[in-house]
Amino acid sequence: MKDFLDLIAEDVFEDTDRSEITQDSVFVDLDEWDSLTALSLIAMIDQEYDVKITGDEINSSKTLEDIFEIVQKKKG
Amino acid sequence: MATFSIENIELKGVTCCVPSQIENNYDLDMSTQDIEKLIKSTGIKQRRIATEDVCTSDLSVEAAEDLIKNLEWNKNDIEILVFVSQTPDYVLPVTSTIIQDKLSLPKSTIAFDVPLGCSGYTYGLSIIASMMKSIGLKKGLLLAGDTISKMVSKKDKSTLPLFGDASSATALEFDASSEGIKFDLGSDGSGADSIIVKDGGYRNVINSKSFEMESISDGIERNSNQLVLNGMDVFSFGISQAPRTVNKLLKKFEIDKDLIDYFIFHQANMMMNKFIEKKLKLSSERVLYSLGEFGNTSSASIPITLVSHLNKQPILKDTNLLLCGFGVGLSWGTAQLNIQKDFKYNLIEK
Repeated sequence: MKDFLDLIAEDVFEDTDRSEITQDSVFVDLDEWDSLTALSLIAMIDQEYDVKITGDEINSSKTLEDIFEIVQKKKG
Repeated sequence: MATFSIENIELKGVTCCVPSQIENNYDLDMSTQDIEKLIKSTGIKQRRIATEDVCTSDLSVEAAEDLIKNLEWNKNDIEILVFVSQTPDYVLPVTSTIIQDKLSLPKSTIAFDVPLGCSGYTYGLSIIASMMKSIGLKKGLLLAGDTISKMVSKKDKSTLPLFGDASSATALEFDASSEGIKFDLGSDGSGADSIIVKDGGYRNVINSKSFEMESISDGIERNSNQLVLNGMDVFSFGISQAPRTVNKLLKKFEIDKDLIDYFIFHQANMMMNKFIEKKLKLSSERVLYSLGEFGNTSSASIPITLVSHLNKQPILKDTNLLLCGFGVGLSWGTAQLNIQKDFKYNLIEK
């Protein structure tokens, strides 16, 4: 999970303070979240985990942990 | 089995035609900061927009006339015309027969429409090349383009800044010495909703409610007769499928990536295209773009990118191209081919 959060901080929420990136972070509430951050999230997950995540899966997730769980599940 | 080769068919020339009216993304009704961010991520600075009285077929006829003149072709020798577009003149008849008449092509010409979008150019090449090869036709015209601006809501920031209007005409000819064209094609209708105009077909016949504007989210207002683009799903599809189809073709025909002179991808947006480029580990000087000037022009995006490049850097030698279209459908098509030194090209305005 920590590696996942590090990648999120590095590649997705580049301008957000690292302390704000936790497993409980409600990502849509972070100031930097917008449609482009969403694309960065999809790209990071594709690149680092070779997992394809959909818009619906992002929209139905609340926290970064929820996203991580989807990735883990798809990764198998 | 959707990876195959059609031998002895060669591309002889391309003309693209764009409307003269330019819409600048710097003029969008958004904050300067948001505009800068949008242009940086999409790569799109301006787009060409057709006036109300100009259809895709009008741009296509202009392009075809210019190309026929450039190649000094006799119209009576053109045996097949394929029109690839999602913006036809009418629900019926097909637009290709109207174009056949406008171009004064012989009545023996085979003419039909193919309603594909982003993957339409490579699909169209495969259809026309296959028919020419199997029937034994000598000369054919592929017309591919769209006027997507006509189906976009002016109040939808998720589509308005992306789409430009354009069409293209490509000349194909039987040539016994030509290696022909190699293809990989595919489709995934489970993503049909990702890019869709819901009303206007026969699933949802157009009615008075089709024109009721609905607020979807901040900056996105549209009716159900207008284009819906689910950016996240399309992005996710593009970055996984485009590299896959390119690799599949290269592997099947044992083509060394380094022997491809130029890669031309459908011009979706810079962020997606750059990610695809990175995944395929392509050197950026060999990947061509026209997003900045023309935006996403649907099935015209590959030929317009080729012609824009050739206008800046004329062909000095036979050139090996890899073309890859992907998007609405969802659908994708990759083609590998060579163009010769005498390849004719032009970019005109209407």
